[in-house]
Amino acid sequence: MHIISQLCFITLLTLSVIIIYRRFKFINRNILLGKKNYSSNTDKKTRIKNLILIAFGQSKMFKKIVPAILHLMIYSGFIIINVEIIEIILDGILGTHRIFNVLGMPFYNVFISIIEFFVLLVIISCVIFLIRRNILNIKRFKSIELKGWPILDANLILIFEIILMIAILSMNASDLVLQDFESYKKTGNFYFSSVLKPLFINFDIQTLIYIERIAWWIHIIGIFLFAIYVTYSKHLHIFLGFPNIYHSNEENLGKINNMPSITNEIKDMLGEKVNETIPTPDRFGAKDITDLSWKNILESYSCSECGRCTAVCPPNITGKKLSPRKIMMDVRDRTDEIGINIDKKIKYDDRSLVGDYISKEEILACTSCNACVEECPLKINPLDIIIECRRYYALEESSLPSEWNAMLQNIETNYSPWKFPIDERSKWYKNED
Amino acid sequence: MKDQNGIKMKIKTINDFMISNEDPEILFWVGCAGSFDDRYKKVTKAFVKILNKLKINFAILGEEETCTGDPARRAGNEYLFQMQALNNISTLNKYNIKKIVTMCPHCFNTIKNEYPELGGSYIVIHHSEFLDELIKEGRLISKKNNRKITYHDSCYLGRGNKIYEAPRNVIRTITNNLSEMSRSKENGLCCGAGGSQIFKESESGKAEINIERIKDIQKVDPDTVALACPFCLTMINDGIKEKSLDKKIEVKDITELIADNLK
Repeated sequence: MHIISQLCFITLLTLSVIIIYRRFKFINRNILLGKKNYSSNTDKKTRIKNLILIAFGQSKMFKKIVPAILHLMIYSGFIIINVEIIEIILDGILGTHRIFNVLGMPFYNVFISIIEFFVLLVIISCVIFLIRRNILNIKRFKSIELKGWPILDANLILIFEIILMIAILSMNASDLVLQDFESYKKTGNFYFSSVLKPLFINFDIQTLIYIERIAWWIHIIGIFLFAIYVTYSKHLHIFLGFPNIYHSNEENLGKINNMPSITNEIKDMLGEKVNETIPTPDRFGAKDITDLSWKNILESYSCSECGRCTAVCPPNITGKKLSPRKIMMDVRDRTDEIGINIDKKIKYDDRSLVGDYISKEEILACTSCNACVEECPLKINPLDIIIECRRYYALEESSLPSEWNAMLQNIETNYSPWKFPIDERSKWYKNED
Repeated sequence: MKDQNGIKMKIKTINDFMISNEDPEILFWVGCAGSFDDRYKKVTKAFVKILNKLKINFAILGEEETCTGDPARRAGNEYLFQMQALNNISTLNKYNIKKIVTMCPHCFNTIKNEYPELGGSYIVIHHSEFLDELIKEGRLISKKNNRKITYHDSCYLGRGNKIYEAPRNVIRTITNNLSEMSRSKENGLCCGAGGSQIFKESESGKAEINIERIKDIQKVDPDTVALACPFCLTMINDGIKEKSLDKKIEVKDITELIADNLK
């Protein structure tokens, strides 16, 4: 009997690892579809500081204190409870029961009781999050870009976590009842599940063993499914948030990236020496995700769809179509689409990020105010993508609004965005006005 | 050369300095709004009044100054941006400029953050920092009263370059009553002009962004909205007028507030 369950466990574990590995390979390949022209010029010390404070410490979450605390409870629970998963995996492979019990009486009980404490925190937080998402009227959870899968995704994960947590508590509570029987392995009392003991007291030993085992299997299969599910979900941020924050930039937000290829064009036109190490791109600006940098795509996969960016976006607040969260979701969805095409050996589809996913109306509405960038707990920069799309409209399609063309024309001919003759620039101090 | 009060302004172009073989302390980058916009020209003159009063030896580029290229870059036309930038950099380098003071946060951001990669590295100071420094040195002293002032953060000064305190320090020298709006500093709401929006109609929506900002201002109910950006000044002024609040609330650049209250 033991050997069969061990074999089943090892098969499931191997299968999960293979599936997760393939998913990560898929996502990694997709991220590298982006251009290589991004490199953070942040020094290593600052990057590690960011990793500790913003990624591990979640410092940017604390602009909104209530969700920050709830999120911290789930996040710390996730890390602590994972320690128990090591025990479960070892038990599963070796056919043992509660292998960490070798620690001895007080340590093992304290260990499990601490885990149970976090299990409770996670359940409480998940329930409150479900209420916030579905009952309270919080605007950023009601945006149109969340219709359908994104809302379901958010709810599914919360329900998933609650089921996993209940499985742990049921497993421990039935174990406690079983420990009262002579023949069962004694591992001592667990503080929180002991409260649930009365629920299991009336079952006979065989039923209890089944309950304990089923809860154990639900928990571990749940964990495997969860790990696979995460790679298809906004919850990927729990992994990719770390490299994303590590690779992020610390320059002043007002700065827009330079295009050295354009400098070359100008220098070439003026007959000056060009920098030959800089390749001429197939396209100026971004029409599709392959025109963006790998960092832009990494950011799209790191997005948790929390919508804090959209909640502070001035055009969005005033009812315009632009939503920075949607920009990030669009980049991710289009990247997934291209990735699937590549796997199916489809070389070309007649779709693109700009046009099929993101409309011109959205791109033109941005005030480049950086509120979204400032707000993002994961240091994602939607503005960078918006500017790249504008560059596409300006430099490739020449399809900017006519008012902008007039402004650009003024700069070109009068060196000012307004239609004033050059010599009027001195009027104010020559007192001719 | 006289300012709006008929006081003689002392202004020299960098070329005048070259002819007399002198070096200015600073180059005052006037900006297009400061040169052409009737409302913002008053701010330019107020700044000159302060510079003259403190006998600061400054130069302007005069007719050699051209748009930094900020609106072109933000509208996506990188080519035109770089043409402007390279042209300005060559002018600035020709005169061996080291230190630039700008009034417009957009010019400030572009010259400070975007010109170095194209060969133009200077010490760039926004007028709010410049005034703050003069106050700290004890050179700039103003009369103080209790009028209620709220400060509207410019995105390119605030979030864009993390300058939140300098303009507030300047305001605190003329009033004891600086009141913050609910959305300020890192959370400040844009006036709606940035990213070249001021040069076109906004996309369709429920409201204009400057009108949304007026709501924040109304909640504070100040005597004065202070700001430090020509585009914000235009947008907030328009919003205040549209809501018929212009009799009640004045909209002024921090430079004007100091110039009006010089001791």
